Amino acid sequence: MSELPTTGAAPSPTNEQPSPGSQDRTHHWWRLLAIWLVLSAVLDPLFYYLAGPHIPPGTMTNAAQGAQFDFNILFVIALPVLLGVWIYMLYAIFMWRASRGGPEPVGGPAASGHFGIQLGWILTTTVVVLFLAGFGTYELVQPGGSGGGQGSSPIWTPTSKTVLPVQVIGQQWKFTYRYPTFGGFETDQLVLPDDTTIEFNVTSLDVVHSFWAYQLGVKADANPSYNNVAYTTTQQLGSFTVRCDELCGIWHGAMYNNGVVVTPQQFQVWATATERALRKNTRLLPPYALTYVPDANGADGGYYPDNVDPYSKVQTYGAAQAGQGKGGGG
Amino acid sequence: MAIETTQVEEFDYRGGSLATRQPMSRRSDWLSPHAGWALVGAVIGYLIGHWLGNVIASGYTQVQSTGQNDVATVLGLSLGVVGFLGGVGGLNYPLAKLVGREPSFELPQHSWMRYFRMTGDHKVVGLQYTVGVLLFLFTGGLLAMLVRTELLSPTSHVFGPGTYIELVGEHGTVMMMMASSAVVGPLGNWLVPLMIGTRRMAFPRVEAFSFWTFIAGYLVILSALFFGGFPTGWTGYAPLQTQAAGGMDSYLVGFAVIGIGMILAGFNLAATIINYRAPGMTWGRVPIFVWSILATCALLTLATPTLVVAGLFGILDRTAETAFFVTEHGGSNFLWQNLFWFFGHPEVYIMALPGFGIVMEIIPVFTRKPLFAYKVAAAGMLGVALLSFFVWQHHLFQSGINPDMRPLFMLTTELISIPTGFLFLVTLGTLWKAKIRFDTPMLFCLGMLFNFLIGGITGVFLSDVPVDVTVHGSFFVMAHFHYTIMGGLIFAFFGGLYFWIPKITGKTLNRRLSKWHFWTFFVFFNLTFFPLFLVGLAGQPRRVFEYAPNLQVLNDISSVSAYFLGASFFLFIVNFIWSIYLIPHEAPPNPWNSLGLEWQTPTPVPWFNFERIPVVTNDPYHYGEPDAPPVADLGRVLVAADGAPVEPLERAEE
Repeated sequence: MSELPTTGAAPSPTNEQPSPGSQDRTHHWWRLLAIWLVLSAVLDPLFYYLAGPHIPPGTMTNAAQGAQFDFNILFVIALPVLLGVWIYMLYAIFMWRASRGGPEPVGGPAASGHFGIQLGWILTTTVVVLFLAGFGTYELVQPGGSGGGQGSSPIWTPTSKTVLPVQVIGQQWKFTYRYPTFGGFETDQLVLPDDTTIEFNVTSLDVVHSFWAYQLGVKADANPSYNNVAYTTTQQLGSFTVRCDELCGIWHGAMYNNGVVVTPQQFQVWATATERALRKNTRLLPPYALTYVPDANGADGGYYPDNVDPYSKVQTYGAAQAGQGKGGGG
Repeated sequence: MAIETTQVEEFDYRGGSLATRQPMSRRSDWLSPHAGWALVGAVIGYLIGHWLGNVIASGYTQVQSTGQNDVATVLGLSLGVVGFLGGVGGLNYPLAKLVGREPSFELPQHSWMRYFRMTGDHKVVGLQYTVGVLLFLFTGGLLAMLVRTELLSPTSHVFGPGTYIELVGEHGTVMMMMASSAVVGPLGNWLVPLMIGTRRMAFPRVEAFSFWTFIAGYLVILSALFFGGFPTGWTGYAPLQTQAAGGMDSYLVGFAVIGIGMILAGFNLAATIINYRAPGMTWGRVPIFVWSILATCALLTLATPTLVVAGLFGILDRTAETAFFVTEHGGSNFLWQNLFWFFGHPEVYIMALPGFGIVMEIIPVFTRKPLFAYKVAAAGMLGVALLSFFVWQHHLFQSGINPDMRPLFMLTTELISIPTGFLFLVTLGTLWKAKIRFDTPMLFCLGMLFNFLIGGITGVFLSDVPVDVTVHGSFFVMAHFHYTIMGGLIFAFFGGLYFWIPKITGKTLNRRLSKWHFWTFFVFFNLTFFPLFLVGLAGQPRRVFEYAPNLQVLNDISSVSAYFLGASFFLFIVNFIWSIYLIPHEAPPNPWNSLGLEWQTPTPVPWFNFERIPVVTNDPYHYGEPDAPPVADLGRVLVAADGAPVEPLERAEE
């Protein structure tokens, strides 16, 4: 920024400035192209190899890794565009300043439009944009669908045979989690096994929230009376942050907690222990369902199911490993 | 000077036949309608509405936990707006027509009181809008600084969470309302008739009405603070909206009122541009700024009704116990999101396009070159306007609605960057081998290009669904749209003000203070908002009052810079008051040597703009050719009633 002229009011002629009026024969195009090529060729790999691996949301799940890869590819494409415009603007500011005195008309070929440049610009931007749209679509329709909320009937489902369903229930101002394959217990701890495909069923009891498991690369709005499914496959141990990402009232800023990815064995131990410990509470909960509607009368402050069968689309993780005959509470 | 008599203005600009019409006896000045009476009318209207609401609905709404009667609030605000508009005289004409009386017509006013009245003079309305927009802008800016104050610390609080969310919502809504009229109102109204060579707007009363609705909307949205604010931010998502306390009524009524003003302003400007161009002002000669306003008008008239309707639904949900947005009772919270963003995305271009127009209008003047690729520029803005209706669901990528449509909306969103990118084709092409003068307006234009490039490129990241999973709803989005709207529109707006203020006021702004304003604005704008990209990427959601402690440094850089950013606006105010009122310097008639038609009029511009309607002979971008034909023939030929030319008076120029 400091390179920009601060004394624009009285521009001083630079040394390189071609004398006014004479035909400017400098090879501006070649200079610009050379500066641009060199800078792009240096900065792009620098970004990709140095900064790229650290770009959020990291590599904790396949969805996060996909998002990171996408971000890096977009950045590698965007950086030369930024550089191109900035180099051109700086070049113009320093090379093509008016000399002191009144305005000087610019005549001749420099003042005329150029059909080829216009066409070239339009074609280039179109090609880049179509490539970006195609690339984004390709990355989106991968099995599991890039970690975003896919609504109640997801079409980009994971290939994995065993899936751990976890229900995320948003309410003002707290997230709770139900594990249907472990009796449907409800807890405010989000514990996930490593190396496993997780199916988040996100719903809300009141207003719109958004379940954002930052390091997992998962974001899905929690809508009342609506099941929003998001998939991800864990691939690293560690803890992660969960935040509400849709303004949901005054305590929106305080609606966060932490989750943790543990080994499958640890998860199994935790899940069965918690299921046992919470058995009494679980019996008082409404039966596991994909959505819950608060009782309109408010008589018991409870919920009633929306007549959807307990969710068991694929062979589920907990059922297979815990040897339970029946997935989902009932 | 062979002027065909058919080109002579036919209408009587004084609003009727002079022979038969006499002004109604004018009441003394302070008794006739003005802003003071508007406030009185607003108070009376509010009290009547509030009383009426309590009479008809005290039974069921006050039981709710808030203790507020939404019906009374909504009726109070609505009748308050009617009273405001009635007090300022906005309803005199239709009411007079209704009861069969001949409405009075307006005489040229010269007293300063004309700035506080309904007036058919587009130049007065333009100035009223300028002050109104700056009022909005500074209100919103102060709120923004309060928001940033809370974010100085990740945990300790200056405000309670309720106050904080109130400030956030109020800031967002005030700024959005301001930005949707920021250029169309002040510069659009002031410049468009002069640029296309007409004496008046197509619908001068509608124009004045749109301004006073704008002010009414400002008062209504400010009233939210007295009703406890609204917790939803400017997006007003239901069902939080349905659940919220009384300030939500101000939000819904305020947006509906502002929306009506936007629709009226859009119709008026579009009709003016289409029908009131001077002879010879072909579509190929229309200044590019007028093209941008026309494209914006298409959005104002077609997108804004959705907002008004959505606001009405929200009001009904809150008062009449309907369930448009209540899922449990058969409505859908997605309905609000769809309606809101179907307006909301074109709204983004309502804000961006006039900024493009200003930049493309100003850059040729300071490069002494014709505008590069004029047709591409005009087509690009129309393309943006068209495409902007097909992208709204990118705001709902993670919402779970229509997940299989996401590739389509990703494609349309990326496609819109093609016509948006024409801004850079046109401006960079105009810089090529130019003779650039770096006066303040030009600096603002270059600053706008720098900022808008960052804003635009980050928009591409947001349109990519997998990346959007991370950045959606985070500070990344927030930084992105501040770069496009503040870095784009507000920079262009100030560039436009610096460029046209010598024409509007006839005074020169202090050069040194102007430069200081630009450089502080540019530096602190970037220091305020660039860190927020990183903050967003690092996982901070929007509208939170608590964040991860490791993000404090970046947040503090942003907060401290925000104070300096606010101070830089102060430089503008000081400069304005100093140079226009305290130590005025007469501006030269055409300080930037512009070819634009608006600069060919005398300063100050007379009440009817042009003595004779100009005959346009050329587009205003022939800076490269000293011997190019003039932009317009402004010769003062008066034509008698029978069509015979009368002896020409002295020429307007030279």
